[in-house]
Amino acid sequence: MTRNFSAWPIYALLGILSAPLAVMYLFLVIDTFTNAPPGSLIPNEFTFHHWRFLWDASVTGDVWGPTATTFLFATTMVVIVLAVSSTAGYAISRLNLPFRRFFLSGIMVMHAFPSVTLIIGVFLVLQFAGLYNTLIGVILVKASLMLPFGVWIMKGFYDQVPWEIEMAGVQDGASRFTVWRRLILPQVTPGLLSLGIFAFIDGWSEFMLPRILAPSANFQVLSTYLNVVSDPNSTTYNFNLFKSVGLFYTLPILVLFAVFQNRLMNIFGGGTKG
Amino acid sequence: MQVTLKDFTKTFDDMTVIDKMNLTVEDGEMLALLGPSGCGKSTTLFAICGIHRINGGQIVFGTRDVSNVPSQKRNVGVVFQNYALYPHLTVSENIAFPLSVRGDDKAKIEREVRAIAELTHIEELLARRPAQLSGGQQQRVALARALVRKPDVLLLDEPLANLDAKLRLEMRSEIRRIQLETGITAILVTHDQVEAMSMCDRIAIMNKGEILQIATPTDMYRAPVNKFVAGFLGNPPIVMLEGKASGDGRFIVNGGAGLPLPSRLANTPGDTPLSLGVRPEHFGAAGASQVSGTITFVEPQGRETLFDVTLADGVVLRSIQPAREDVALGHKVAWPLDAEKLLAFDATGQAV
Repeated sequence: MTRNFSAWPIYALLGILSAPLAVMYLFLVIDTFTNAPPGSLIPNEFTFHHWRFLWDASVTGDVWGPTATTFLFATTMVVIVLAVSSTAGYAISRLNLPFRRFFLSGIMVMHAFPSVTLIIGVFLVLQFAGLYNTLIGVILVKASLMLPFGVWIMKGFYDQVPWEIEMAGVQDGASRFTVWRRLILPQVTPGLLSLGIFAFIDGWSEFMLPRILAPSANFQVLSTYLNVVSDPNSTTYNFNLFKSVGLFYTLPILVLFAVFQNRLMNIFGGGTKG
Repeated sequence: MQVTLKDFTKTFDDMTVIDKMNLTVEDGEMLALLGPSGCGKSTTLFAICGIHRINGGQIVFGTRDVSNVPSQKRNVGVVFQNYALYPHLTVSENIAFPLSVRGDDKAKIEREVRAIAELTHIEELLARRPAQLSGGQQQRVALARALVRKPDVLLLDEPLANLDAKLRLEMRSEIRRIQLETGITAILVTHDQVEAMSMCDRIAIMNKGEILQIATPTDMYRAPVNKFVAGFLGNPPIVMLEGKASGDGRFIVNGGAGLPLPSRLANTPGDTPLSLGVRPEHFGAAGASQVSGTITFVEPQGRETLFDVTLADGVVLRSIQPAREDVALGHKVAWPLDAEKLLAFDATGQAV
């Protein structure tokens, strides 16, 4: 293939523009392994000193507890989001629902709504249901806020499955449920996979909801844990330590992204026909 | 199994697409529903297999009224236009699906899939996925899947529309062969007259939600009931001339000279408005009367040559003849017209 124009000026421009970000990330990693004094850019030694929080609970408190909680938080949320989106998306895409248009526009509105504006209402509901200050409450809220996005994305994927396949399944004698489970669901697995990863990343990085809806609870997620570590007024404040915990917190997301980046792009190619 | 539609009515919202249609497909027969797009042929097909709910009338398989039976229990095999194979399953899993849904045991499924694969000549493809098959192979798989649980009726929705010309020819005879071998009652929906004529025992020609004529392909071609049917069948198409009877056994083209009428119409009173249909093979081969004109168009088709001949009064007749090169564009010719075979229609378009 021949090109009409050379690509290097674009690469150069993009390179220059992204250089500051790349440099900052590089130093984020370097700083966690060195003790370079402030103002110096040259690493002076190699040490695991800043990573001692992984095995020494006296540094910042136990880190594995919050990690497990965060994992539980994110995976539970993923399960809920996938279960509801895969069924609701199908219903909205295929079934002759009453108020279908109303549901669709409702989802669109919810999708566009900044979740902060809902926080007071959500707080009242949780308080009323007795779920305030509990992990399950935060999970439910996070999952529901994720649902409009999930349902909408899954609807887009279902819309792309030709209806003849469904009709063929029905003619072959299968019930609508069997058709959905054995014929349609396998064809939207790319959508489910990317939605799952997306939801997991979103849940993993959630800070606001646990902070507001479970401020005094007996559990911590990594984001609130990091918040405690980074408190400049605390006695344990240490910039390199903060960076190490931050990197530890980001690592799973980076790995997920590296492994599944092509899958994630899928979600935007999944189409969103109204 | 005999399939009967009694006063079948279908409406979409407020639009009545098909009003009180009656149709009987005999046991073991292959019937074509032929018509232009939008004539309601696919709607009829989908009503028979239960995808569309009917708004009136009855659908009867044999003696069983299936009007309100859900698709799953009708025991109808359908081949969709785009084949609708399940892309995530292999060919053998595709074919086995109807059986596994029914709960047959593994050994039986294996046996049935083998048998049907043999019938449709796809034994060596069983391990592949649909995406690895050519159009014709996908079609065979779709047929196999539709036939594997021995349905009462086989429905084919434009099965050849997505194939290229050569494959279309091949699959045409293959589908017919499979239908004859299994002896299944089949309904074929198509807008292609050649498909309908070459594959089916009888043709039901439809227009605007109505069946105009049901007949064998030959009868329908020779004796169409009206102008629409005459114009729909035949390639190259029939030439339709508007005019009136002269009263003495001839036909006067509007604003022009006369042509002979078939002798059965010799007594038509003068000034009766008529349309005269001249098929290309009626002109230039044999016949009692001579018609002369100038060749204004020549289309060699290999085995045959198609001519347009413009008569003195501007009327254009079409003629198809075994390939010949002795006449060329601009030549004056006098060719015979087989007046007895001409088709005539009255002012309302009905055959007379």
